[in-house]
Amino acid sequence: MQPLGGALSGAATSGIIAKILKTSAVDGPGNRAVVFFQGCNFNCSYCHNPETINYCDHCGLCVPACQYGALGMDEGLVLWNPAHCADCGACLLACPKSSSPKSRRMSAEEILNELSPYKAFLSGLSISGGEACVQMGFLAELVKKAASHGLPCLVDSNGSADFSAYPELVAAADGFMLDIKAWNKAEHFALAEASNRVVIKNLHYLAAAGKLYEARTVISPGLFNIEETVTQSSRAILAGAKASGKMARYKLLRYRPNGVRPAFKNKLLLPDPELMERLAALARAEGLKEVIIT
Amino acid sequence: MHPALAVIKDGTQTYQQKVVSLAHIGEDSISPLKIVPDVQGLLDSGVICNLHEGNAPYRPRYVVPDYELFMEKGSEFLGLEAPKDIWEATNSLLILYRHVPSITTFPVYIGDLDKLLEPFVADGKASYQEALKAISLFLLQIDRTINDSFCHADLGPEATTAGRLILEASREQNNAVPNISLKYDPDLTPDDFAILAAATALDVAKPSFANDRIYRPEFKAMGFDDYAIASCYNGLPKGGGSCTLVRLNLAKAAELAKSRKDFLDRLVPEIVAAQLAYMDERVRFLVNESGFFESSFLVKEGLIKKERFSAMFGLVGLAEAVNAFSDGLRFGHDSGADAFGLAIIEKISELVAAHKCLWLKANHGRYLLHAQVGIDSDKGVSPGCRIPIGDEPELLDHIIRSAPFHKYFASGIGDVFAFEPTARNNPAHLLDVVKGAMKQGLRYMSAYSSDSDVVRITGYLVKRSEIERLRKGEASLQDTSLLGKNAVDGLGVLNRRVRS
Ligand code: SF4
Ligand code: SF4
Repeated sequence: MQPLGGALSGAATSGIIAKILKTSAVDGPGNRAVVFFQGCNFNCSYCHNPETINYCDHCGLCVPACQYGALGMDEGLVLWNPAHCADCGACLLACPKSSSPKSRRMSAEEILNELSPYKAFLSGLSISGGEACVQMGFLAELVKKAASHGLPCLVDSNGSADFSAYPELVAAADGFMLDIKAWNKAEHFALAEASNRVVIKNLHYLAAAGKLYEARTVISPGLFNIEETVTQSSRAILAGAKASGKMARYKLLRYRPNGVRPAFKNKLLLPDPELMERLAALARAEGLKEVIIT
Repeated sequence: MHPALAVIKDGTQTYQQKVVSLAHIGEDSISPLKIVPDVQGLLDSGVICNLHEGNAPYRPRYVVPDYELFMEKGSEFLGLEAPKDIWEATNSLLILYRHVPSITTFPVYIGDLDKLLEPFVADGKASYQEALKAISLFLLQIDRTINDSFCHADLGPEATTAGRLILEASREQNNAVPNISLKYDPDLTPDDFAILAAATALDVAKPSFANDRIYRPEFKAMGFDDYAIASCYNGLPKGGGSCTLVRLNLAKAAELAKSRKDFLDRLVPEIVAAQLAYMDERVRFLVNESGFFESSFLVKEGLIKKERFSAMFGLVGLAEAVNAFSDGLRFGHDSGADAFGLAIIEKISELVAAHKCLWLKANHGRYLLHAQVGIDSDKGVSPGCRIPIGDEPELLDHIIRSAPFHKYFASGIGDVFAFEPTARNNPAHLLDVVKGAMKQGLRYMSAYSSDSDVVRITGYLVKRSEIERLRKGEASLQDTSLLGKNAVDGLGVLNRRVRS
């Protein structure tokens, strides 16, 4: 694995971007562009875009997998030609390191230029990953520049970076979408290979600051204590809402096998619709106003 | 078998559909129009097509009554006073619909329903329950007796109680008829109403969104006080309509040209002139010989006026025509190809604008351009200026590339987009897309969700379940189900790119 954070987390004028979507109906309110950052410091079993977990080390193993001539090597670096790419995904399957040859280093200006023809259509920009906070310096810069270009930002995060230490980012962002993977520490560690101490601190902090747009939990039976996670997350959202006057939504996501790595795919269970309804009812019973199942 | 006998024996047509088919056969047994051989040749080869309008025009193709006037005055001919409550209002309208002629024999425009009904439901004139019941029954009656989805109702741009009730009832009923447009202006249409419209569209494929900021001033400038969206998406003067719609098949025409230059400089002027001459002859017969404008009570009572009738110059297959001369570069993807497409439309627009029909006063005798959506027998011909299904760019790029064509088509052009069912959770997404599209200059757009039963075929709506009925050899209530089935088979309209 490539070292994450470190040099990349200071002030930066470019970041490593996995993908840019010009339009999305599922990444926040209204129509939003989405910038996916490359690199994540968690390693969740149910990750459905595992190609965004690690940085590409330019080993070149994926190059022969491309049938469309979209990949090549130049002076030890893998090169991707979007004009030839058919988006077939073969290179992602071929990469043994949960990375992608299509990730690119881009400046905030380059990203905003790419999106500028579409501004009239957008309510804002959502930043996702990977994990955006792994490139904290660049994240803060992009959020600020996008907002001043008329694209207010929502940041989708696993909550591993302590947001209370980044007040400028929190002020510049419209809000955050926070993943609550499991309430129990040991279960969280087993699922994501990382602690949730800071995640839960962030949940309280962002909710109380009125900056939590949405909390989300992926539901797969048997992976963690789902009832406890939903109940506790709901209570934290509610407590925050009392302090800030703004209540976040809580989204319960069905585990879906698409994109999940073969090693995990078949071990994870799909929730039945009744379970999803029961969990939503649980959250509503705690007092949440907007609970969404998708 | 004689065509009339074939109709009589057809087990997939209802009684009413057979009556209409037999009337067409009867009409086509005479040929009163004077058509010169050159024009006849182009009609025979399908370069020009009258869209089954018949040999002897005895009514305008599209009639757009001034229902506001009817609500104000009632009708002497029909023996109706001005309605006083929501039940009388909906009942009067249903009576009048029975008497509005059109190419389909059904009314293609049934009014700006929210405006017409608002006086009877606003300010506590009817309780919510009563108003919803009256409007639901009204819409149900329309779906079950106007068996043709070219029937169009308009809403907006302002939000009204009646408008909300119509959207709610439409969502509940999940019917193909009527087709609905929301005249949308971001300054006049509040977001919550527009989001209700977007959510309804994602459930039942209607309403579509008409760019009021383009239509309203444009029709004012042509000398009409108001416009309506009728049939598929046809912008027409209110209190008038369109005498005829004839279309040019650019895809077919391209086969007759040697090069881009030959197409644009020689062929286009030739076939445009031929179509104009043919339209003039249809209009002449309707206006001067058929006696329609002298005998219709709609004219006598001022619900329609001859001076507000224009005619529509239609075209299809721009994409295929462009691609025929673009050496593998594709319309909707390559700027050079798109520029050639624009040059073709610009040229046609100039030629049509330079022509004056002697028999029409509306818009000084100038015809209105219309991007026709095709007919069910078309194969490999894209509607109007649309990018072919199966070759659609990403959603926003698609809109940006389509928008420059929209300004030429006062009497209608539109794009249709299929959305992932998950978009239902976020109708504001669709509204954002609509807002952006209209800022880009898009005149009209439709959306539906890829798993809906009611789907938009090219401009009109059909229920998938009705298409299945026809496949089993059973009759379907709406005549448009058959058109839909053929378009699904021939044009692959259900294979539209699904936008996530
Ligand atoms: S994407 Fe993976 S396989 Fe391809 S060069 Fe990068 S690390 Fe190697
Ligand atoms: S996704 Fe693009 S780059 Fe990757 S293998 Fe397919 S065509 Fe090649």
